[in-house]
Amino acid sequence: MKRVLVLFAHPSIDRSEVNVELLRASRDHEGVTVVDLYAEYPDYRIDIDREQERLRDHDVVVFMSPLYWYSTPAILKEWQDLVLEYGFAYGHEGTALRDKLLLCALTAGGPEKAYRTEGFNHYTIRELLRPIEQTATMCGMRFVAPFILFSARTAHEESRVRSHVADWVRLIEALQRDTLDLEAAARAPTLNPMIDARDAGDPA
Amino acid sequence: MTDTLLSAFIYLAAAVVAVPLATRLGLGSVLGYLMAGVAIGPVLGLVGDETNELQHYAEFGVVMMLFLVGLELEPRMLWSMRDRLLGLGGLQVSITATVVAAIALGFGLGWQTAIAIGFILSLSSTAIVLQTLQEKGLASTSGGRSAFSVLLFQDIAVIPMLAVIPLLAVPEILAAADAAGGHGADTGHGSSSLVAHLEPWTTALVVLASIAAVVLGGHFLSRPLFRLVAASGLREAFTAVALTLVVGVAVLMMLVGLSPALGTFLAGVVLANSEFRHELETDIEPFKGLLLGLFFITVGAGIRFEVLFDNAMLVLAGTVGVMVLKAAILFGLAIAFRVRRSEGWLFTLSLAQAGEFGFVLLGFAVGSRVVPPEIAPILALVVGLSMFLTPLLFIAFDRVVVPRYTQDAEEREADSIDDRGKVIIAGIGRFGQIANRLLRANGVETVVLDRQVAQIEDMRAVEVRSWFGDATRPDLLHTAGIDDAALVIVAIDERDQAVEIVENVKRRHPHVRVLARAFDRGHDYQLREAGADYTVRETFYSALELGTRALRELGMHPFRARNLRSTFEAAENEVRDALYAAWQRRPDGERMGRDHHELFMQLDAAMAEAMQRDRDDRHSRAERGWTPPPKGYTSEFRTDSAGRESDS
Ligand SMILES: Cc1cc2nc3c(=O)[nH]c(=O)nc-3n(C[C@H](O)[C@H](O)[C@H](O)COP(=O)(O)O)c2cc1C
Repeated sequence: MKRVLVLFAHPSIDRSEVNVELLRASRDHEGVTVVDLYAEYPDYRIDIDREQERLRDHDVVVFMSPLYWYSTPAILKEWQDLVLEYGFAYGHEGTALRDKLLLCALTAGGPEKAYRTEGFNHYTIRELLRPIEQTATMCGMRFVAPFILFSARTAHEESRVRSHVADWVRLIEALQRDTLDLEAAARAPTLNPMIDARDAGDPA
Repeated sequence: MTDTLLSAFIYLAAAVVAVPLATRLGLGSVLGYLMAGVAIGPVLGLVGDETNELQHYAEFGVVMMLFLVGLELEPRMLWSMRDRLLGLGGLQVSITATVVAAIALGFGLGWQTAIAIGFILSLSSTAIVLQTLQEKGLASTSGGRSAFSVLLFQDIAVIPMLAVIPLLAVPEILAAADAAGGHGADTGHGSSSLVAHLEPWTTALVVLASIAAVVLGGHFLSRPLFRLVAASGLREAFTAVALTLVVGVAVLMMLVGLSPALGTFLAGVVLANSEFRHELETDIEPFKGLLLGLFFITVGAGIRFEVLFDNAMLVLAGTVGVMVLKAAILFGLAIAFRVRRSEGWLFTLSLAQAGEFGFVLLGFAVGSRVVPPEIAPILALVVGLSMFLTPLLFIAFDRVVVPRYTQDAEEREADSIDDRGKVIIAGIGRFGQIANRLLRANGVETVVLDRQVAQIEDMRAVEVRSWFGDATRPDLLHTAGIDDAALVIVAIDERDQAVEIVENVKRRHPHVRVLARAFDRGHDYQLREAGADYTVRETFYSALELGTRALRELGMHPFRARNLRSTFEAAENEVRDALYAAWQRRPDGERMGRDHHELFMQLDAAMAEAMQRDRDDRHSRAERGWTPPPKGYTSEFRTDSAGRESDS
C-alpha cells in the first residue's frame, strides 16, 4: 500500500466550509498522514529535518489548501522554500523525492468557467499551477492534475461538499492501492472526472 | 593646621580654575595642572619649598595609576605583550641611554656622569602619557599599546638603574662634597629597609618571598576579605580596604627595595580576574586622579625661573635636543616593529619626553655623587620642560597627524574586539541572566554587574564574566566601560535604584541606549519617564505566552491562538501608551492619579469589548486576515470580464 502524506494549509480553519471537511475525512482515513501546517508551525518555524523525514516515509505528497491569489497560502510556499533543500530534493545527490507523486487538492472561489482563456481568470488551473509542477519535475517527482472544487464559496449552500469529500476519499483509496492511471492523470486538466469515470466503471 | 589647609586650598583652587579651562581649550588636563603649578609657584609665589616634599607624596599617584593599569591587564594579556615589552621597551631604553651618554661624553663629562644622564633621560613620563592616552581614548590603539609596553618596561628598568647608580660614584665629586661638609649618599628613598643589612642571598630570598606574598595573597586571600567587607554593605569600608591594599603593597615593596609602582602593578594584574575589579577601580580612581594632578602641579611649581633665565639657551637647546633625539629613536623603533602610519606617529610623539622617574633618579644620582650639583638644576629643568611640552605633542598628533591619515580610512587598522560596542547588564538575577545568555550565545560581549556577591559567584561558576558592584554609582558604570558601550540593560531587583540608573545613564551618556525591565505598570511609567528607550513589564510576555497556551489547551487552533495573542498584544500596547500619557498628567504627589484609574477601567472595558466583537462577528479586527470573499462574489466579475473581452 502506498503511503499518503497530506500537507494541509488553511490559516483560518474556523471559517472554512470545504477544506475543514476534507481535513476531517483525510484524518479519519486509515493509513494517511495529515499535517496541519498552520497548527504545527503557528510561527512559521518549520522543522526542516522533521519535514524531510516525513517526505522520505511517504510515496504520495498532497498539498491540500484553498486557492489564494492563484496559488497556495503562504505557509505552503514557506514549506517548499525551507524543506526542498539542495542535496535533499534536487541537485546531484538530492534524490530523496525521486518518483514520488505530488498532487494538489484545492478549492477555488471562482467557477470552473472562469479558469479558461476566455474566462475572467484567463488561465486554466494547470497553467496557474506551473510553478508547483516545475518544482515537482525539478525534484524528480511525478506531478498529476489537481483535484479541485470550483465555486467553493457556495458549495455548502448547493450541497456539493459531501460528494466532493466522498470523491476525495475514493481518490485516496486509488492512490493507496495505486490504481490511478498516472499517464492519464499527468495529462488531464483535473483529476475530478477521472474519479467519477473510475467509480462508474469499476465500483470497488 | 591652618597652613596645611590653606595650601591645600591653594592647590585645589588652582586646579579647579586651570583644568576645566585647559580641557575646554583642548589642551588636556595634564597641561592644565602644569599651568596651575606654574601659576601658583614661580609666577605668583603662593607656594614655595614644600612642593618638593609634596612631590614625594604625589608620586604615589603614579603608584596608584600602575595598580589601575594592572587591573586592566589580565595575566594572559600581559604575557601576549611580552615581545613588545622586552623588544620595544628594552631597545628604547638601551639605545636612548647609550646615545645620550655618548653625547654627554662629547660635552666633556665623566663617563659615570654620562651613564647616569643616559639613564635619567631614557625614561618617559608614565604619568602624563598614560593619563593623556586614556583621556583621549587612545589607550587601546596599537600605538597606545606599544607606548604602554615601553612605559612599563621603563618602570621596571628603574629598579636596576637605582641599583647601579651608587656604583658610579665619581671620586672628585665625592671629595668636593666632603670638603663642603656634606654627608654620604642617601641610598634608597625608603628610610627603613628590611634588606639593608642582609646577605645578598637572604635579600634575594626576602624579595622573592614578598613577591610571592603579593601574588598568592592577591589570589587566595583577597576574595574572602572582599566578600566579608562587601557583606557589611558599607561603601567606605570597601574604599578603605582598597586603599589599604594599594598602600600595603607599596610599603612592602619599598621595605624590600623594590619599586612600589611595580609591586602595585603586579597586585593589579593578580586582581584583574577578580569579580571585585570594577569596584576596586572605582574606589581608587579618584585618589589616583587627585594625586596625579597634585604631582603635575608640583612639576609646574618646581620650575626654577631664575635658573631657566640664566641658562635659557642651554636649557631650551637641551630640551629640544632631548625630545628630537628620543623621537628619532622611537620613530626608528616604530618602523622596525611595524607600528605603522598614524599609530607609529602616536608612539613617537607620545614618548618623546623625560619623565617623573627622571627626577627620582636625578635626586638619587646627585646624592650618590654621580652627577655634580652644578648641572643638576639644569637637567631638572630639561626633564620638567620636556614634560611640560608633551601635551603640545599630543595636540600636534590630533591636529596634524590624525587628519592626514583619516583621509584614507580604509587602511586604518581594524578596531580590536574589546573596543566593539558592548552591553552592560546591571543585575544578573533571573531576568538579567536570560537576556545575558541570549546575547552571549550570539557573540555579543557583555559586562555584568550585580550587588549580590552570591549571584556573581554563581555566574562565575558558569564562566560568565561578572563583577561585583553597585550599578547606581556612575563611576562604576564608567569603569565598566560605559563610554564605549552601545547598550545598558537595567535588570536589577530594586525598583527605585533601577529608575536611578536609567536617569544617570541617560543624563551622562545620552548616546547609550537603555533597555529596562519593569516590575509593573507604575514602575514601567517611572522608567519611561526617566528616559529608558525600551521597557518591558517582566510578567507581560510570559503571561501572554501562558494565556496563548491556555487557548490552545481549550482546543483553539494554534495559529488562531497566536493571532489573537498578537491582537491582544497590540491593543495592550496602545492602552499602555494612553495610560502613560494620563500618568504623566497626574497631579503632584499622587502615585497613579485619579485620571489614570478611570482611564484604566475605560480602556480595559474597551479592549474586552473589542476582543469580544472579534469572536462573535467573523469580520472583525483579529480576523482581518484571510477573510474569504462573500458568497456570491463571483457574479460581480462576469460583466467585467465580458466588458474586457469586448474591449480587446
Ligand atoms: C486571501 C484569499 C485569496 C483568495 N484568492 C482566490 C483566488 O485567487 N482564486 C479563487 O478562485 N478564489 C480565491 N479565494 C477564495 C478561496 O479560494 C475560497 O474562499 C476558499 O477556497 C473556500 O474554501 P474554505 O471554505 O475551505 O475556506 C481567495 C480567498 C482568500 C481569503
